[in-house]
Amino acid sequence: MTREEALFRAVLRMGDNNLVLGHRLSEWCGHGPVLEEDIAQTNIALDLIGQTRNLLTYAGELEGKGRSEDDLAYLRGEREYLNVQLVELPKADYAFTIARSFLYDAFHLPLQQALTESRDEHLKAIAGKAVKEVTYHLRHSSEWLIRFGDGTEESHRRAQEAVDELWRYTGELFVPDEAEELLAKDGTLPKLTDLKAEWSATVDRVLNEATLKRPADGWMAGGGKKGVHTEHLGPMLAEMQILQRTFPGVEW
Amino acid sequence: MSNENPNNWPLWEVFIQSKRGLDHKHVGSLHAADAKMAVENARDVYTRRNEGNSIWVVLADNIHASKPEDQGAFFDPADDKVYRHPTFYPMPEGVKYI
Amino acid sequence: MAKDQQEALFQQRVDDEQKIEPRDWMPDEYRKTLIRQISQHAHSEVVGMLPEGNWITRAPSLRRKTVLLAKVQDEAGHGLYLYSAAETLGVSREQLIDQLLSGKAKYSSIFNYPTLTWADIGAIGWLVDGAAIMNQVMLTRTSYGPYARAMVRICKEESFHQRQGYEILMTLCKGTPEQKAMAQDALDRWWWPSLMMFGPSDKDSPHSAQSMKWKIKRQSNDELRQVFIDRTVHQAEYLGLKVPDPKLKWNEQTQHYDWGEIDWTEFNEVIRGNGPCNRDRMAARRKAHADGAWVREAALAYAGKQAKKKAA
Repeated sequence: MTREEALFRAVLRMGDNNLVLGHRLSEWCGHGPVLEEDIAQTNIALDLIGQTRNLLTYAGELEGKGRSEDDLAYLRGEREYLNVQLVELPKADYAFTIARSFLYDAFHLPLQQALTESRDEHLKAIAGKAVKEVTYHLRHSSEWLIRFGDGTEESHRRAQEAVDELWRYTGELFVPDEAEELLAKDGTLPKLTDLKAEWSATVDRVLNEATLKRPADGWMAGGGKKGVHTEHLGPMLAEMQILQRTFPGVEW
Repeated sequence: MSNENPNNWPLWEVFIQSKRGLDHKHVGSLHAADAKMAVENARDVYTRRNEGNSIWVVLADNIHASKPEDQGAFFDPADDKVYRHPTFYPMPEGVKYI
Repeated sequence: MAKDQQEALFQQRVDDEQKIEPRDWMPDEYRKTLIRQISQHAHSEVVGMLPEGNWITRAPSLRRKTVLLAKVQDEAGHGLYLYSAAETLGVSREQLIDQLLSGKAKYSSIFNYPTLTWADIGAIGWLVDGAAIMNQVMLTRTSYGPYARAMVRICKEESFHQRQGYEILMTLCKGTPEQKAMAQDALDRWWWPSLMMFGPSDKDSPHSAQSMKWKIKRQSNDELRQVFIDRTVHQAEYLGLKVPDPKLKWNEQTQHYDWGEIDWTEFNEVIRGNGPCNRDRMAARRKAHADGAWVREAALAYAGKQAKKKAA
């Protein structure tokens, strides 16, 4: 794998992670638990999709085959999507949505922070703006997780169940693939294992304040980074891509 | 208005300062369970188009207002106190910077 | 002060174009009319998120997806501003939502029509928002202060909504024959329901005269509808689309378009709950509200615990 190929793959992954999570969050629009929260969650979805557009456009440039952000988003199948499985799981209840966002945000923030010092100027520029957005995302998901954990009996139960269920999908965030390993060597990407410590500290702090238990590390799911997904991504993409697939090559 | 039902999130009034140096201006209200959430909801609801530099929120119940029926007694007496305005004091042409 | 004196003072204030503010004396009927109208308007914004929300996950490009999300989000915001305005009249949001979910309160019938193709998202922006804006611009001058102020904010934000819809249709009309047919089909289905949005004809509008006197409304349903038609026909021509009204014809004498007859039976049936999507819309709102109950309770419980800790 050349450095260029690795960078393409890594940038695509970051775009895919944000796009798939942004899509899942957008499914709440119009169905949120209260109007104020509907608006807040949509803001986060908009941030993530905005970041996706920058990342996928950059990935297309790196690849040099003339693929646009939309070609990459709408014309790749599920085996070509490189996101972690964590972000593709269906939105389920609000506790699950919040807990998933929290587990991702706690990873996403130190990632973007590290990227502000990347030797890749383009990623550095994207991270400059993303850091502010993701800081807010983490704040939002942390506070809600704490409210659920330390709220009512029911919310505590739902939050704990969500964290337990999601835990097995967190391992993949920190296991580098070949591309990520290569790029960590020259300072383009941070070492994922280095991000783990900060993630872990955030998780401990928030779970503790939420009076939730941190699950034991057991078996961890994986495969998303290689394009091997849960059964949930395919239908999501089928829905997302329907117009582009039904009417190929058309402007919208 | 009053938050009569304790099972509902209380109502907060929102004040936004759009730029440094300007007043915080009342922009509307929203519901939130606590002050922290009220500030964040205000950010999401009332500053989506870059309108914000600073946010104040206050529980609607904590706002005390003058009564419309006091309007006369409160505000009319200031009507004829022209001596509080600089134009009350004519200055000769030649005097400057005053 | 005697009631008729208060009433005269109130009307004088309205006639002098002074705004009525929440703590001012106002006739009970004025308050009731406002609560009904503002809350209907708020409900319409919130229910109106659903037909467009139906396409958020299927928007055909990332740009379109972003725009649509931002637009539907604005509608949530507008619903919120309007609930806030209604709350200044002494009714809580919870009460208003209960009225919606129990079927007691109405919302705009237009949202009981389905969004079947992507072109419908264009048609909603162009026609539905276009019709709504006419009404909303008028309401920026309504006599009740908080309502007028909410409307000013809403109108500012709405200005991109109609344009993004028209832009969607322009793209479709410049596209393949299939895309153009999609646009025409959307216009065919949304034209008449959009005209119905202005409400019953003036002669059949029960509340209109009083609302005009109180300057809650400032232009009649028929006036606004005519202005809308005059403006929109030209926009349809630019797109190369045909307005589905065989009687539509420019009238040199009146300098307005003459046009056909609205199917008021359909209008009344949709209001009665027999539109294509009434049940789905209400089911979606009820589900969101019911599913959100434990979330709202949790936040309140947590706030209570924190307040206690702070006090201790």
